[in-house]
Amino acid sequence: MLTFIAKRLVQSILVMLTVGLIAFSLFRYVGDPINNMVGQDTSLEERVELKEKLGLNDGFLLQFGRFAVNAAQGNFGFSYQHRRPVSDLIAERLPATLELSLVSAFLAMAIGIPMGVYTAIRRNSWLSHSFMTLSLVGISLPTFLIGILLILLFGVVLRWLPTFGRGDVVQLGWWSTGLLTASGLKSLIMPAITLALFQMTLIMRLVRSEMLEVMRTDFVKFARARGLAERYVNFVVALKNTMVPVITITGLQLGSIIAFAIITESVFQWPGMGLLFIQAVGNVDIPIMAAYLVLIAFFFVVINLIVDMLYVVVDPRLRVDSAGGH
Amino acid sequence: MLGKTLKALLVGTTIVAGASAANAETFRWAFQGDAQTLDPHGLFETLTLGFQGNIYEGLVKRNDKMEIVGALAESWENIEPTVWRFKLRPGVKFHNGNDLKADDVVFSVNRLNTEGSDMKVVAALIKEAKAVDDLTVDIITPTPNPILPNQFEIFYIMDKQWAEENKATEATNVKGGDEGNHANLNANGTGPFIVKSRQTGVKTVLTRNPDYWDKNMRSNVTEAIFTPIAQDATRVAALISGNVDLAYPMPVQDWKRLESAEGVKPLAGPEARTIFLGFDQLRDELTASNIKGKNPFKDVRVRKAFIHAINVDAIKQKVMRGASIPAGLMVAPQINGYSAAMNARPAYDIEAAKKLMQEAGYADGFEVTMDCPNDRYVNDEQICQASAAMLAKINVKVNLLAQTKSKYFGKVLAQNGYDTSFFLLGWTPSTFDSHNVISSLIACRGGEDKIGSFNLGGYCNPKINELTAKIQSETDQAKRQAMIDEVFKIHQDEVGHIPLHQQPLSWGVSDKVEVVQRPDNQFDLRYAVVKK
Repeated sequence: MLTFIAKRLVQSILVMLTVGLIAFSLFRYVGDPINNMVGQDTSLEERVELKEKLGLNDGFLLQFGRFAVNAAQGNFGFSYQHRRPVSDLIAERLPATLELSLVSAFLAMAIGIPMGVYTAIRRNSWLSHSFMTLSLVGISLPTFLIGILLILLFGVVLRWLPTFGRGDVVQLGWWSTGLLTASGLKSLIMPAITLALFQMTLIMRLVRSEMLEVMRTDFVKFARARGLAERYVNFVVALKNTMVPVITITGLQLGSIIAFAIITESVFQWPGMGLLFIQAVGNVDIPIMAAYLVLIAFFFVVINLIVDMLYVVVDPRLRVDSAGGH
Repeated sequence: MLGKTLKALLVGTTIVAGASAANAETFRWAFQGDAQTLDPHGLFETLTLGFQGNIYEGLVKRNDKMEIVGALAESWENIEPTVWRFKLRPGVKFHNGNDLKADDVVFSVNRLNTEGSDMKVVAALIKEAKAVDDLTVDIITPTPNPILPNQFEIFYIMDKQWAEENKATEATNVKGGDEGNHANLNANGTGPFIVKSRQTGVKTVLTRNPDYWDKNMRSNVTEAIFTPIAQDATRVAALISGNVDLAYPMPVQDWKRLESAEGVKPLAGPEARTIFLGFDQLRDELTASNIKGKNPFKDVRVRKAFIHAINVDAIKQKVMRGASIPAGLMVAPQINGYSAAMNARPAYDIEAAKKLMQEAGYADGFEVTMDCPNDRYVNDEQICQASAAMLAKINVKVNLLAQTKSKYFGKVLAQNGYDTSFFLLGWTPSTFDSHNVISSLIACRGGEDKIGSFNLGGYCNPKINELTAKIQSETDQAKRQAMIDEVFKIHQDEVGHIPLHQQPLSWGVSDKVEVVQRPDNQFDLRYAVVKK
């Protein structure tokens, strides 16, 4: 088990280096940051000097090497726009993104799994049909459109919820949380639903099809034949056996929730890392873009690792194998 | 004398008491981006300086009618051609309680020249600053400068002692190596508002300065919350839903929605920004055209044909929803040196344009690539598309290259060797004076005078550079105006650029507040009133 984790961590460093390398080779196409950093009356000499000092005239391999060496020491450089260390900015924005993502992932599972089970067991009820129709909407509407529609309905027309931002936050050490204030919770509702909707429908459909598959297997039939309660058969015998692919997908989706929070965050002006990144792209703030991309790659790797370890917990067969056989 | 001071003091106290008895008035506003720094000498940019103007102050300021009036200086005069004497307002205190002294002004002038400063253009106006006594400063200019006070509005004064205590004696240096310059995230000005908290890119909270010197300030705001909201749709929704009291810019196409929504209205006005087209007239062969071996834009007949072919009124009606002001000059009416008599545009006349193209030998037209930003000016890409369609009528095939501003500016500006053949650009002179436009956009570039750096097309008439230097130092306003007119006349006759229009300012405000919209798109909290 330990060798397995160590191996995966080594792999993760390779993944992050590759992401960084690809990112740096792309940065030359995003435009010139200098014009966003100086006023219109700043002279050409000063602009040229600034570009030189920032090392933007160097080849991308050199720029990447410098970034990798500094990043290895925990130094992600200095944001062009905010004029502050990137690590400070990310630490400031990380809680907002993680809170939003985790609440969304929780929502998606807490609603998606029961819906999936229900539609599998009562395939022909009208409620199942309406769930399926709803899920089609959820899977086909783009995130930003859902966000805008929610804002229009609950923010502009009904005026129940704030249309942007995170509300009041409470500082717990370096972690800022919006979960402890009324305005923070109210602000969280619409972004969390927007971000969760796609995942929820995905999980629902996945659980449904896996469940239908498992229900046809012999051991479920035997369980029924033994006279076990229907509820026990459905939720313990069948559901447990559908969970392996569901865990894989939701685990990997957590990575994409964090990464795709960019769109939700920019629609709701949610002050997380995604918003920081999208603004950095607009302003060609290379240090932020580089740090963000590498960090997201890191998240994906870690989440994958956790998913692999969770398999062992859920599936006894894997546990026996990893313990070295009989 | 003593009685007068006492009386003034008493009056002051009663007004302060009155203000504190009133309810807390919170004003919330949103812009598409954030002020990049709180350092008053860190970035010469409209939003940043405008935002800082609520916290810091200069020797002079512009009032709600855009007139230059005293701020930290009570009076000023040009005692010698190259010496301006400023008398400071007595009794002004910084937010930390320190008194404003002439030393602070001298310190701030010197700080303009430190490495990280983006205000070196202002620094270049000053040869030396001398404190005559505690409340008198002499600013010595390298050449006579009749408009120095106009150019000083955005030069903010910092407290020397505070800067020294916090190791902020140099301007925040964007090049790094100056991490955590105290003045970047903290401020200590003399202005009507004090920074209470700031999270960059997220939220800044200001509270009213109870000791502000100007007791007649119109604003009754006690707390002001600024939030950048990048997405247009989100910004509009934030205003309509009542989450903010002022939001700008509003998309022009959303005006109808704002008019029909309850409790809010659009606030439009002409911006002092002129939008224009320009052509490469310097290269012997265009970099992006099918004509080889020669440059059609060197021929004034082609340039004239272009100006006749572009129907600015159609752009106004179809693209700008009737809200732009067609322009014949490179400066807006609000700019010093503007002349209404000269603002007429050559008529829209396709036949004349075709004839000119024929005379120039391009009856069959040619192909050219047009560089255009798509997120910098109001409906910039649509203006370019409309222009391309109009030019198609004189057989010019325009290949439109519309890009985001970082890509666009990265391509066309000096750093990249002015890589453009035909472009759209906009300009607001930071000094509100024609000289800035002439020396940045119209004068020949690449000379020893180091001007013309935004003359992307390389239009050049040496006579204009001569006049630019004279305009810079001419103190007689009538003579100065005559020279400005002469420059604009030459430039119009030679069609150095094609001015299109002044774009509209587009704000959205709640009915609960009153604000003053400045033509340079700055928002001044001094004139923001929350209605009871």
